[in-house]
Amino acid sequence: MTTPILEIRNLHARIEDREILKGVNLIIPAGEVHAIMGRNGSGKSTLSYVLAGKDDYEVTEGEILLNGESILEMEPNERAAAGVFLAFQYPIEIPGVATMTFLKAAMNAQRKARGEAELLTPEFMRLVKEAGTQLQVDTAMLKRPLNVGFSGGEKKRAEIMQMALLKPALCVLDETDSGLDIDALQVVSKGVNALRSDSRSMLVITHYQRLLNHIVPDVVHVFSDGRIVESGDKDLALQLEAKGYADFDGAAA
Amino acid sequence: MANYDDIPTLKENIDRATVDSVRSLDVDKYKYGFETIIESDMAPKGLSEDTVRFISAKKNEPQWMLDWRLEAYARFLTLSEPTWAKVHYPAIDLQDMYYYAAPKSTPAPTSLDEVDPALLAMYDKLGIPLREREILAGVERPNVAVDAVMDSVSVVTTFREELSKVGIIFCSISEAIREYPEMIQKYLASVVPVSDNYYATLNSAVFTDGSFVYIPKGVRCPMELSTYFRINEKKTGQFERTLIIAEADSYVSYLEGCTAPMRDESQLHAAVVELVAMDNAEIKYSTVQNWYPGDKDGKGGIYNFVTKRGDCRGANSKISWTQVETGSAITWKYPSCILRGDGSRGEFYSIAISNGRQQVDSGTKMIHLGKNTSSRIIAKGIAAGFSDNTYRGQVSAHAKATNARNFTQCDSLLIGDKCGAHTVPYIESRNGTAVFEHEATTSKISDDQMFYCQQRGLSEEDAVALIVNGFVRDVLQHLPMEFMVETQKLIAISLEGSVG
Ligand SMILES: Nc1ncnc2c1ncn2[C@@H]1O[C@H](COP(=O)(O)OP(=O)(O)OP(=O)(O)O)[C@@H](O)[C@H]1O
Ligand SMILES: [Mg+2]
Repeated sequence: MTTPILEIRNLHARIEDREILKGVNLIIPAGEVHAIMGRNGSGKSTLSYVLAGKDDYEVTEGEILLNGESILEMEPNERAAAGVFLAFQYPIEIPGVATMTFLKAAMNAQRKARGEAELLTPEFMRLVKEAGTQLQVDTAMLKRPLNVGFSGGEKKRAEIMQMALLKPALCVLDETDSGLDIDALQVVSKGVNALRSDSRSMLVITHYQRLLNHIVPDVVHVFSDGRIVESGDKDLALQLEAKGYADFDGAAA
Repeated sequence: MANYDDIPTLKENIDRATVDSVRSLDVDKYKYGFETIIESDMAPKGLSEDTVRFISAKKNEPQWMLDWRLEAYARFLTLSEPTWAKVHYPAIDLQDMYYYAAPKSTPAPTSLDEVDPALLAMYDKLGIPLREREILAGVERPNVAVDAVMDSVSVVTTFREELSKVGIIFCSISEAIREYPEMIQKYLASVVPVSDNYYATLNSAVFTDGSFVYIPKGVRCPMELSTYFRINEKKTGQFERTLIIAEADSYVSYLEGCTAPMRDESQLHAAVVELVAMDNAEIKYSTVQNWYPGDKDGKGGIYNFVTKRGDCRGANSKISWTQVETGSAITWKYPSCILRGDGSRGEFYSIAISNGRQQVDSGTKMIHLGKNTSSRIIAKGIAAGFSDNTYRGQVSAHAKATNARNFTQCDSLLIGDKCGAHTVPYIESRNGTAVFEHEATTSKISDDQMFYCQQRGLSEEDAVALIVNGFVRDVLQHLPMEFMVETQKLIAISLEGSVG
């Protein structure tokens, strides 16, 4: 069997003195899209932060393997260069830094970390134009400081645009559908689907089955109290939509 | 603004060409043009009337200049050091200093191996050629001096000829004292009076060199004037004196300093810069100050006490100061504008970065005297490490300054929690029609911003540099193009080691 892009083994993590992740196990083979659904506060965003290496969290047990290699000791930027991308539930504002400038800095930082040559401006502009057209991010927006004053939907489109440009091996999407209108949902989903490939895996966190009609997952997981308590095919999402989470509370206890 | 955008590309070409040739020079080629500073060229240690006489004699100055200096010295004896700035340093013993061609207090390094590795790392990142690094770091090698480079560059001569064709004078102040005495007598200390402040008075008595610029009526200086290209630049040392006069309807943009950190034996620097703008004239003065800030404990850094003032003497004249302050152990500096002419305008754009143990107390004064005068202040202070960064600004309107307008924006950015940023604005209006607006913000680079940037692949240092460059963008855009890129790099380097 080939190595999965992501493998999480018995992951426990805490913030301050509170344990939030309580033994997560998850394998995402190359090319697959997995969805995670679960109650507010069950630890979904925490999982995404721990994957990306946010400082505030302490991993107390378990392992995270990217393409078979542990990433636990890596800095967030090293993980990014290794192929981890997190589309934030709440993208952060970076005042004064034009979106375009940020994109170029990020792309070149990752290229540099991988020992690749920096992008020349014409090539960069071509890539940005392509991604911008697909995600309906116009030039005016690219000149504005990143995420500053962007509407909720604009922020999410900008996140997916960055993902398209950075071409990560593992895409983690945290509630990318929240705050999107119906048309924007189509645009974003199309952008995400265009990135599906045999060499890439995705973890899509959402509360709504609707997103999964657009981005059809290979596996759906139910997250409860810091761990995965049930996994199934895309019909599991429909079942959840109809019945809620009550059936799964305490399922793995 | 945007005035220098339409300066012909000539400027670009000359500047680039000059920089390139200066940089590519093999200094040894010019060893014969090098004047060795011989032992007897040193003034006696300490400050006295004799020191003043010695300097004046060395410069072949006329009697009136010596008298002027002696008067300044007499005045200096009655003054004491100001203590109001938020900077702390051990007392400076003026008798324990040399005022002309100081001998090395410690043996000069004989190779780059003996130079502070932090300084070398910085040169490396700025991409400064090896030979130039030695010069900047003060490495002693026989027959090599930065002056030799400057003096012998034929392109500098070309550059001067170009200027004199349109009647512009650009020379050292010593030369101007000898060649253009009537102008010096008329304008020197006409903006910063001899008795202005302790350091300015000291400077008046013992200044050793600096620049003189004269732009005739109606002339637009066709290129940026830069100290980098100034001919005859001897080691100007601690007490630099600069005078720029822009006659009616003229324009000049002047660049001072250099992004490369300079080491200097003399710890105390007290420059005086005076600008005079007549009717409709415009002077843009840009500075990049990167004196040695000292080692990680702040030892050996330069004390920089500068008096810079511009006089908008004519109607509708304009003076704009843009400064990037990243060096020095202590910076005490308030480039100011006297808005005397009706409709005149003053601008101050500042980026002051402090890291390590640096202390910065800087800002501006906008003195509105004429009607319909306006001023704009944008000051960005960035404090990291254990540094202290104070903005001190004064805006005042005289009783006759009807419709005076000022806008002040003062932003501080803190990196880490061991540094300090302070804003001290003084606002004073004696005219009811004056409108002064002041906005101030203090922010920190948040952990969330850092994490977000890192998640996209930027290292901590790249992330800080990117955010800081964003923070100072409004000011950066006022710098001449050729300084902008270098400055962005410099900002990144100045803040290295400020996180993690
Ligand atoms: N700094 C913190 N200190 C203590 N608890 C925290 C901290 N940050 C997050 N938590 C808690 O961790 C738990 C998991 O939060 P998380 O954001 O991962 O939930 P989620 O599943 O993403 O929820 P939602 O669906 O609302 O986005 C929550 O109970 C939250 O309050
Ligand atoms: Mg969440």
